[in-house]
This record gives sequence, C-alpha cells and structure tokens, in this order.
Amino acid sequence: MAVEQENGDPGKLRPTIEEDISEEMKIKQKKYLRGEGANLEVLQDKKLKGQLAARERLFDKSAMIAARTEKWLMPTEGGYMEPEGIEKTWQIKQESIAREVDISSSKNQYDIVLPELGPYSLDYTSSGRYMALAGRKGHLAIIDVKSMDVIREIQVRETVRDVVFLHNELFFAAAQKKYTYIYNREGTELHCLKEHGPVVKLQFLKNHFLLASMNKFGQLRYQDVTTGVMIGSYRTGQGRCDVMQVNPFNGVVASGHSGGTVNMWKPTSGAPLVKMLCHQGPVMSLAFHPNGHLMATAGMDKKIKLWDLRKFEVLQQIPGHAKTMNFSQKGLLASATGSFVQILGDLNGSNKYSRYMNHSMAKGYQIQEVVFRPYEDVLGIGHSMGWSSILIPGAGEPNFDSWVANPYETTKQRREKEIRSLLDKLPPESVMLDPSKIGTLRPTWKKNKPTKLEREAELEAAVAAAKSIPLKNKTKGKNKPSKKLKKKYEAVDRAKRPFLEKQIEEENPSKKKMKTESVVDDELPKSLQRFARKKPAT
Amino acid sequence: MKVKVISRSTDEFTRERSKDLQRVFHNFDPNLRSQEKAVEYVRALNAAKLEKVFARPFIGALDGHIDAVTCMAKNPNNLKGIFSGSADGDIRLWDLATRRTVCQFTGHQGAVQGVTVSTDGRMLVSCGSDSSVKLWSIPDETVMDTEGSSSDSPKPLADYVRTNPNFRAVDHQWDGNLFATAGAQVDIWDHNRSQPVNSFEWGIDTVVSVRFNPGEPNILATSASDRSIAVYDLRMSSPARKLIMQTRTNSIAWNPREPMNFTAANEDCNCYSYDARKLDEAKCVHKDHVSAVMDIDYSPTGREFVTGSYDRTVRIFEYNAGHSREIYHTKRMQRVFCVKFSSDATYVISGSDDTNLRLWKAKASEQLGVLLPRERKQHEYREAVKNRYKHLPEVKRIVRHRHLPKPIYKASALRRTMQDAERRKEDRRRAHSAPGSMPKESVRKRRIIKEIE
Repeated sequence: MAVEQENGDPGKLRPTIEEDISEEMKIKQKKYLRGEGANLEVLQDKKLKGQLAARERLFDKSAMIAARTEKWLMPTEGGYMEPEGIEKTWQIKQESIAREVDISSSKNQYDIVLPELGPYSLDYTSSGRYMALAGRKGHLAIIDVKSMDVIREIQVRETVRDVVFLHNELFFAAAQKKYTYIYNREGTELHCLKEHGPVVKLQFLKNHFLLASMNKFGQLRYQDVTTGVMIGSYRTGQGRCDVMQVNPFNGVVASGHSGGTVNMWKPTSGAPLVKMLCHQGPVMSLAFHPNGHLMATAGMDKKIKLWDLRKFEVLQQIPGHAKTMNFSQKGLLASATGSFVQILGDLNGSNKYSRYMNHSMAKGYQIQEVVFRPYEDVLGIGHSMGWSSILIPGAGEPNFDSWVANPYETTKQRREKEIRSLLDKLPPESVMLDPSKIGTLRPTWKKNKPTKLEREAELEAAVAAAKSIPLKNKTKGKNKPSKKLKKKYEAVDRAKRPFLEKQIEEENPSKKKMKTESVVDDELPKSLQRFARKKPAT
Repeated sequence: MKVKVISRSTDEFTRERSKDLQRVFHNFDPNLRSQEKAVEYVRALNAAKLEKVFARPFIGALDGHIDAVTCMAKNPNNLKGIFSGSADGDIRLWDLATRRTVCQFTGHQGAVQGVTVSTDGRMLVSCGSDSSVKLWSIPDETVMDTEGSSSDSPKPLADYVRTNPNFRAVDHQWDGNLFATAGAQVDIWDHNRSQPVNSFEWGIDTVVSVRFNPGEPNILATSASDRSIAVYDLRMSSPARKLIMQTRTNSIAWNPREPMNFTAANEDCNCYSYDARKLDEAKCVHKDHVSAVMDIDYSPTGREFVTGSYDRTVRIFEYNAGHSREIYHTKRMQRVFCVKFSSDATYVISGSDDTNLRLWKAKASEQLGVLLPRERKQHEYREAVKNRYKHLPEVKRIVRHRHLPKPIYKASALRRTMQDAERRKEDRRRAHSAPGSMPKESVRKRRIIKEIE
C-alpha cells in the first residue's frame, strides 16, 4: 500500500516494485522447484551439460508459471487466528470461535453422544468428504461430513478395533474381533481377510493399493487390494503393538513398540529399514508430517519427541502424554490424552512447536483417536462417548486439486479417478526411505585402493608412532636398556604386522581356499562333496 | 481476536446447470502429491508398454503388378499418388488413400528400371532395360479421383531409344527442365530435346543410380558398379569428385534439410552418410541390415530415412544414429527393391520382389486419423515421460525390443560373431607388430579406398 501512495516518482520506484515482485515470486517459486537443481559445473561432457542446463531452465520456468498462476488457480484463503492484546491463542475457547465464524463453518462443531457403543476410531477419505466410524462395540458408520448425512450404519455385533477407507469412499476395511472385513459403502461384506488374524491397527497405502495391518501377535501384513495377493507377512518380534502409521511421503510403515523402539518397514523385506530407540518405556503414539521429514512420537516416559527423519535426530522434546497424535496438512500437531486435546504449532516458522490451542472434552470422556479432516480446519475426535468435531483455524490446506482429491467429486469423476489411480498404481518395491532415488541411476561404485606410495607412507607413520610411545620405568631388573630396546622393536613389529598381512593377502588371494576347493572337486562328484571331510584323517 | 476458518460454499465449487462444464481447480503444491517421482516412473513404464501394444505399422498391400516392383517415384504435387514400375514393363499410378491403381502406363518392352516425376507434377519420365526413355503426361487429380479411369491407358509423349545398353536409373532435376539417366554413362536430358544435352563418362562400369541435389539444382550424385560414388556439377564439363569404396553403392539419397549431406546405401549391409564437400570420411555409419541395402529415401523432414534391403526388411534410421529405430517385416514380403517416404513424413512405401507395394506407418504406434486435443496432449505427455526415463534399464529394454524373423536374428548374430572375431584378430596383430605400424582406423574411414578430385 505504501508503495502505491508514493507513485509521484515513478521513474525511481518502478524498478523497486519489480524487484519486490520478483523477490516475492522467487520465494513462492521455491516451493514448486522441489529442491535444488543439479550442479552442472562438475560435468565435463559439454553436450550433456547443455542438455541438462536446458532442462533446468525448463524446470525453473514451469515453477515460475506455477507460482504466478497461484492467485488465479488458488482462490480460497487459508484459515488463521490472531489474538489481540494480551489474549493468547490457547486461551480461546471453541465457543468464542463459534461466535466469530460463519454459520456453515460453525456447523463443524458438534458432539455426537453414543455412550453404549464407545470408544470410536475414525478415518477420513483423502478428500475429507466422508468419514468412517467404528465403535468398539460393533458400530460401523459412513457419514457424508459435508451434509452430515449418514450414508450407511451397520452393527456387526462384535468388537471392532479399527476402520480405514480404501482408495475411495466406496470401500472400507474394518478390523474386527477375529478377522478383518472389507465392506462396500452399502455395508455389504465383500471380503473376509482371514490371513491377517485378529488385527489391531489398519493402514492403507493409497499409491500402492496396499492394506497394511498389525495384528495382536505383532505380525505386520501387506495385502494388495486390487489383486488380493499377500505381498508380505513379517513378524515384528517385539510383542503386541497397536501403534502403526504410514508415512505419506514415502509409504514406509512405522510401528511403535513396547520396548520404546520405532521400526520402519517396507513391504518387500522382513527386516526393518530403520530401528530407532525413541523412548524409555512403551511408545504410545506416532504421527508423520505430510512432507515426510518430521515424525512425532509419544511415550509412556511422559515425553513427546519430534524427529527429523532425514538425520534421525530429535529436534524437540515436549513434556506430556499423548494417547493419539495427528499432523494436519499445514503441519499442526494434535495430541490427545484422557479427555484433553492439545494442538501444537510451528507458529513463527522456526521449526519449534509450541502451544497453539487447547480443548477439553467433558470429564470422563476417554479420547481414542484424533484425526484432522483434510482440506478443512476441522479436527475429528473419536472418544468413549461418541465422536466430536472442533474447529482449528489454519489446520487444513485451503485449495484442493481436482485431480488429487476433490471434495465435490461427482460419480463420473470418481470413476475416472479410480481408473487413473489404478493405472498409476505403484509396485510395492517403490516403498523406500528416499523416494527421490527412483528414476536415478546407481552411482558407480569404485573402490578407492590406496596407491603404493600412500600405503608406504601409512606404514611409516604407524612405525613412527610406535617408536615414539614412551616406555614406562619398570622395576629393577626389568628396566635394562637391552630389554627396553627389545620392547621397542616388538612395538614396531606389531605396528607393521597388519600392513604386511594385507600385502601378503593381496599378492596371493585365497590360494589356500582355491587349493582345497580344487582338491575336493577332483576327487568327488558335486553331489557327494558335502560328505567329504575338510581334512581327511590319515 | 480475529478468526477465519476455511469455508467453502458448494455453489462456488460445483456447476450451476447440468449442461455446464464441471469446475476444476489446481494446486501444484508438491506436498499434496506424494511419491510423484515414482508415479511418473510407473507412467513412463506404462507408456513404453502401450507403445509396444499399439505398434501396428502395416497398413496394407497394394496388389496389382504381375512382376517384381523395381522402382517407385512420388509425385511432388500430389500427396496420395505414387508411381511404380515393375520388371514386366508396366508402370502404375496408385492412389494411396484407396490403395488402388488409378492409371497404367504401358509401353516398355523390358523391365522398367527407373521412374521419376518433374517438380511441377505434370511429366513422368521412365527408363528401362529396353534402352528407351519415355516421357508421359500425368493425368489430372480430378481424373485420379473419378472411377474407372484406368481403362484408357495413356500413350507416351515421347520415346527416345539409345543404342547403348539398358538404362539403370533416372532422376528429375528439382526446379528445372532437366533429367538425368544412368546407364553406361550419365546422360542429361531436356524435356524438349530428343538427344541428351550432355553426357558424362568416368570409368568404364555401369552407373546404377543417380540423384539430383534438392538444394542446388545443378548438382547430382551417382553411384556405379565400379564401387564409386561420384558428384557431378552440370555447370562444369567434367565430373567434380569421386569416391571409391570397398563395395558397391546401390542407391543414394540427399538429405533435404541439409542438402550438402547424402547417405549411400551400400552392398555391405551398411549405409554411409557423407558430406559432399568432404568425402574422405563418412559422417555416420548406419548399421543393422544383414544383407545388401537396395534403396534409401529421406523423410521430407530430413531427420530420418528409410532403407529397403535384400534381407526382406525395411528399416528406419535417424539421420545421425548408428542403429535403426525401427524394423518392418512381414512373412510375405520378399526382397525389397525400392522404398519411399511419403511427402508428409507419416507413411513409408516399400516395393518388393513379391509384386506388391506395401504401405507402412512411419511411427509404428501412431494413431491415424484426427486426434482430439485431449488425446493429442495425452500422447505428448506419454512421449515426454518416456523420453525422460529412457535411460533406465527397465524402460530401455521395452522400448528397444523388436521381434525379428528368425533368419534375420540368426544372420545378425552371425555377423556380430564374425565382426568380433575380425576385430579380435586385428587387435592381436596390432599387439604383435611394431608400435605404430598398424594404426587404428575408424569404421567411418575403413571402407573408403580413395577419393579422386
């Protein structure tokens, strides 16, 4: 505004405005560049360098176009909350928010009380339009959250531990007492997944169409829901575990165990990718930031830890318990314990999470699960007395992409998207810690052998070091100069030994081994070799 | 306290009436799309597979001749007309759209060895082994479109008989009245003269092919059975340059986009691209055929060319690539004697020993007909994404794979072993001879014997 007022001297001001705009654009563009460009200076092939430079320019240009079109393509503004005066954000109650916001938004604050069927766990579709609910006592429901219509409600008459939507709202999986079942939207049972056993926690990998389950015995299973093939079945070997979460960034499944470790799994290997000791005492809950670089864990040791997943380091420790945690699309962290919900936020962009909002349910409510609703400023809470929904300004991504997740999807669009996502289904091998590795070539692995000169220099250095060790004065009789000299020689020999051994080994590599093998080969046919003794007794 | 939460009214995000288009919204934020690189890779893989699924290059056979097709000519003024001459003396004009004969030119006694069309598209010149050159007038396009015009066969406008033995090739000048015939010598003719206006003779052997330069109308290149390739300039009284290779060149084609370059189809299974100004070294050697290459023709874009070979296959090469991009073959196709790229660079026509002309797509998996903009965009996206990941082994394997007929597969394997053995032997010889006495010679130079100014 200030710039516009001083328009009297356009010749001076214009460049600064342009600079301002370009600076602003540069910041916006950075988001779309997906990291730094390749360093082309080290390349020696001029032709390749030219081609890559042209490609880099193209990336730059497209990111700039994306940044420039933001204002037209992304019309909705995000939510926010600004305290005035000495007010603090965490002192603001839901009631006062309800008074400030418009009627359609205030409809998102509600409590549904169903005391008999309690504690509820819930899940949203990726567009945030539909919610699946599972009451412990067998109550399953699909709700259109936009219009608050109950699409289907069924009572399965047995324990339901978890519920998860598959790729769209038409199918959902429920972990019941003995087996896991897949239902369609009408509540018809489509499949009974007996192989999974009594499942405690379910997760769905959207890009891979994999249903991941963790059962009572701590077995992790992956099933492809398009073909029904069991992709992997692995024992975690750490006992019962009901903390499991998918990292949306790379599809790696993390499980938190009672020993305080968090293991990360991929569908194609039985050994965990990462084992990290996060807490002293059992891990209570786990959540991943949507950008995949931040993990929050909470343990019985009354600590909530935020981890940098690129370095596997603790960024921050916050005291407190959390039975359940969830990150919102904009990076707010909701944690709940008992009947108390706390929202933490990275408020001043310093990567330090601090208190943002609080919410207390009525006394005696035991919160089972908190989940942020995608593309809305809403937090869904499943608890022992039903489920609730509260407003958290600034939690959701304000602008959706019709081709990624569309809350206003028509039937036709949904069908189209189903086909497209099936065509783009990723193979289970593409789950890895660093997904940017896909599509790159493996670097040439060269073993850097030290040259002869270097080796000699190393040997000399070792000898010199051995010589320079001062000898202690010993008792009388053991302190003779001849003995001292002998000791010194011994030390030098000891220092030389590894180098000489290595040299010998290189000069005649495993001659012994070859010899023994050939001898056995000559004497016996292959099928009988395993009966032959290594050293025949004569 | 100021508070705002996301609030969307349904009206703003849905269409008003059912006739309206659905509203779509974009957000290019990378965080919304997880694992986009993996998804892109899967798409590249699928694109490569789809390309293979849709690869159906053969469109149809043009049946009608009763002897081997020896030569073809395209009409520069008409996209769908093509002339073909056969070994029984018959010349036909085909309509490629309907794949039927429009007109027959009868008159040659022996095999027709060469046909060519003047640039204005009115005059057809043919020559044959009956030592005659005939000029024909080409019927109008309107006649071509009407049915039953093939009944009245046109008579030649002129018929010149030479005493010396048969003609082997003919080519018309671009933008001019001259045409050149090749036989015992190279003759330059005018439309209006009954005798050649000029004759060139260099060496004693028969000249087997002749081709005018598309950029410079007075320059022509010929190849002869004495293994030579010669470049002539009509403004001079004597030939300009000559190059002798180890084997004979069957045909020559100039690159229309870079008219100083030409590619020679050689008897030793390879094609050699030369710069006409610098004949001491080939610019590129195009290998892949397993028998003599009989004919070659450049695409009008100049980026690729098609070759027909005695091994019963047609191959398409990039102008600067050492190996072919595509191989076309059918069970019934015999020795290919002539090939042509269509003037819009989308089709390839081959004429072979089995009396048929065959029509192929230049891009095997291209969709024919009018494309909707969305379809076209999808094709472009697939092409781009495939191009991006083409260096990865999985994609590369699918893109490169071609089914080969067994004889060709075996012959190429045999050729490879022979070449490897030869190379190994040479390496050993070099290792055991005095250093520097056996310099390494590049493939581009090895087959050249000498260059004569």
